[in-house]
Amino acid sequence: MNLTLKIWRQQGPDAPGELVTYSVNDVNEDMSFLEMLDVLNESLEVKGEEPIAFESDCREGICGACGCMINGQPHGHKDRTTTCQLHMREFRDGETVVIEPFRAEAFPVLKDLIVDRSSFDRIIQSGGYISVRTGSAPDAHAVQVNKQDADEAFDKAACIGCGACVAACPNAAAMLFTGAKVMHLGNLPQGQVERYERVGAMVAKMDEEGFGHCSNAGECAVACPKGIDLRAIARMNKDLLLSQLKLRSK
Amino acid sequence: MDWLQRFLTSTIGLKVIMAVSGLVLVGFVIGHMLGNLQIFLEFVEEGMGREALNQYGALLKGNKLLLWGTRVTLLVAVAAHIYSACVLTLRARAARPANYKQHKWLSGSYAVRTMRWGGVILLAFIVYHLLHLTVGSEVTPSIEHCKVVGDGLQCPIFDNVVQGFRQPGVVLFYVIAQLALGFHLAHGIWSLFRTLGLGNPRFDGIIKKIAVGTAAAVTLGNVAIPVSVLVGLVGGAV
Ligand code: HEM
Ligand code: FES
Repeated sequence: MNLTLKIWRQQGPDAPGELVTYSVNDVNEDMSFLEMLDVLNESLEVKGEEPIAFESDCREGICGACGCMINGQPHGHKDRTTTCQLHMREFRDGETVVIEPFRAEAFPVLKDLIVDRSSFDRIIQSGGYISVRTGSAPDAHAVQVNKQDADEAFDKAACIGCGACVAACPNAAAMLFTGAKVMHLGNLPQGQVERYERVGAMVAKMDEEGFGHCSNAGECAVACPKGIDLRAIARMNKDLLLSQLKLRSK
Repeated sequence: MDWLQRFLTSTIGLKVIMAVSGLVLVGFVIGHMLGNLQIFLEFVEEGMGREALNQYGALLKGNKLLLWGTRVTLLVAVAAHIYSACVLTLRARAARPANYKQHKWLSGSYAVRTMRWGGVILLAFIVYHLLHLTVGSEVTPSIEHCKVVGDGLQCPIFDNVVQGFRQPGVVLFYVIAQLALGFHLAHGIWSLFRTLGLGNPRFDGIIKKIAVGTAAAVTLGNVAIPVSVLVGLVGGAV
């Protein structure tokens, strides 16, 4: 199949950028989207042009490195799929595909499609961990976790930090990401001790990094390649409200 | 008080301010509509709607505590609501300084997308509505024209309403504003529960129904009054 690509090219963080049109021919429909870009880059190198900078690592949908906007949607139009797992059979021969970086103040563009998502790391550093001593691995069933909590924690732990939620949000909010982290730990016994300090610290960091607020539009949850539910945000709101009472009454 | 300030200036805290003030306004809007729907008692017997509406106004305006309590509460709620809406909108703008060349909405409904402009229409409407029926204009004399009679007030509210709504332009603006209110509430009521932390899947369905049901009821109820007057169903004798 043959495609026309309109790709965002930007030399560096402060350089202006623009969409540049390329055509790629003989794309195999079994290729992943990133492999298709690899093919394009090879042809650009042959011509002596600068290849398109994009990020990837695992290429199996678990590291979260590869996100970009494909036809106006994070990771493209296929449900619950990262860019690296999106296959070219999802596109039509002759189609024009627009590819842009994720856009947010807190995700500055480094080059072309690559953005700096270290603001996410700093949110995690502000409280997304457990620092109390939990001893060595307990015997199975020594600490009981009910099924619903375990399932919820597991669903939230599926977050790969790709940033699609921020990219999709009309307010460039990191609420789904932060909510997932807060509820992942907040649902488990080991996370209880720091539960209410954690939520306050992570929300404060999220704001400081320049992310927006939640309008409950629900865009993030649709965009999330791991299917994290919008309710993670409501649960985080509740924990933050409760933290005001719990920490004040101490 | 440091902690309170930190909470209330956080994005979530500001959203809580918006939700709580929104909830106060929703309560008022429903009560206000129910009160005004008494105009339709005109259909039961001519003069009954007039009497009910004028009585209702005299009750509100006669009791200074009730009147000013409501006014101050509403003023604070509107101010808080607009303040948080503005701060959050500015922050959201700053959070995405460059827009996408191509962007597709994934689930955001018409209601979600019009919260801000809908809000601006509502603000314009609130100002106009107060000038129209509370402060009063030449066309619609109001509060000054409530007269003390015996130990009660007598207010010509029914006449003001009818005279006001005989003008098609006025009715058109009211109808547009009520549609904006309907959309604002359809998303807003649902959203406020989420903002206040209700994330239990068991309540999802019912909350969606409450939000859309309330929005539809408020819109229909509020549209019915000016339209009925305009087409002459109510107030024929004025
Ligand atoms: C005075 C003009 C108004 C303006 C400028 C305004 C603005 C807004 C905006 C921008 C939002 C959404 C913010 C966001 O999440 O991004 C919002 C939410 C809301 N508004 Fe208004 N609004 C106004 C009047 C009203 C009125 C009259 C009511 C009720 C009758 C109301 C009820 C609500 C509710 C319940 C929410 C949802 C709060 C939440 O998401 O938690 N608003 N408003
Ligand atoms: S490259 Fe790791 S998720 Fe796509």
